[in-house]
Amino acid sequence: MVEPRKVIIIGSGPAGLTAAIYTARAQLEPLIIEGEPSSTGDQPGGQLMLTTEVENFPGFPEGIQGPELMSNMRAQAERFGTEFLTERVTAVDFSERPFRVQVRDQEFRAETVIISTGARALMLDIERETELVGHGVSTCATCDGFFFRGKEIAVVGGGDSAMEEATFLTRFADKVTIVHRRDELRASKIMQQRALDNPKIEFAWNSTVTELHGEAALEGVTLTDTVTGEHRRLDVGGLFIAIGHRPNTDLFKGQLQLDDEGYLVVRSGSAATDIEGVFACGDVVDHTYRQAITAAGTGCMAALDAERWLEHQG
Amino acid sequence: MSTISALSDTTFDEVIKSSDKPVVVDFWAEWCGPCKMIAPILEEIASEEEGVTIAKLNVDESPDVAMRYQVMSIPTLIVFENGEPAKRMVGAKGKGQLLQELGEFL
Repeated sequence: MVEPRKVIIIGSGPAGLTAAIYTARAQLEPLIIEGEPSSTGDQPGGQLMLTTEVENFPGFPEGIQGPELMSNMRAQAERFGTEFLTERVTAVDFSERPFRVQVRDQEFRAETVIISTGARALMLDIERETELVGHGVSTCATCDGFFFRGKEIAVVGGGDSAMEEATFLTRFADKVTIVHRRDELRASKIMQQRALDNPKIEFAWNSTVTELHGEAALEGVTLTDTVTGEHRRLDVGGLFIAIGHRPNTDLFKGQLQLDDEGYLVVRSGSAATDIEGVFACGDVVDHTYRQAITAAGTGCMAALDAERWLEHQG
Repeated sequence: MSTISALSDTTFDEVIKSSDKPVVVDFWAEWCGPCKMIAPILEEIASEEEGVTIAKLNVDESPDVAMRYQVMSIPTLIVFENGEPAKRMVGAKGKGQLLQELGEFL
């Protein structure tokens, strides 16, 4: 059997990296399996890798770029001896101790596992969406906004990410239409106000995108009114999807308790899951706050819980 | 030393047309997080795989080529064979998946 590690951390957003900093400083020699590159939110560094300016992370009065914040956290975890593996976990087995964590044909064993796999962007789930990704349909405004200089585009969603993306995209696009299924926004007041005050941004209230048009690239979308059921066409060359996230918990189905929306369930006021020695933190347990700072906070909780649990085991 | 050469609007055609191996072109930019994630992976593939040449093109500095091939999302990788695009991959991916998708050219 391979020598069991004291701690394996799965996922490397703010939660996972904070857990790594704490467990590394506690000399638990954590291994963090940080994931693989992707453009959807489950990549190393997490969702902040797809953002631009982060203005509300305490300690950065002038703001900081999302990817830079994450590379700082990674360097900090590395400084105290965290070991990194840039792969995706393919299976876990929590039915016996030490727990098993599988990366393809390579197996790791660990006395405690901290899960911080986060969440990834939801898609609209309508026809032709997948084939038009990279041809006008996008989930990453910071990656793709540049290609829509002088064009008209739409952003779907009513939360902070949608407002941030729409505001950012006005740097390039002539006009941005925010398509939202209700008549009020879920976004924070400051982000709402910024979007509402922007002369390049218009709103399509009570609307959903139900059809995509265009052959080689997107040329327009059909909007359906959620109240009257009426259809109308909106000619846009780009469609940015920011309708929320889904927790990355497929790996843990059948082994850990999930709630109705697929989030991991932890004991109130702690990071403990229903299996002793397995802890969870960050967006994978949080459908309420979903902030970098709350993820980092619960990452710290998971690390301290794991440390105490290990001490208890002797 | 980098094994990946940088192409530009002026050098692109000549390099693509004169290569006797398939050329994988990485369309990227400084401000693109996922592009930075795959850069080290492409370096590894470039030094390990003999069958293809890997090159990169900065879309900020060379917008004409990016526009000609209708790149609207980065990272985009386009494989050119005999000067013509033969395969296109959009979005950042892990090394295993990239190698698998490039398999027919390696």
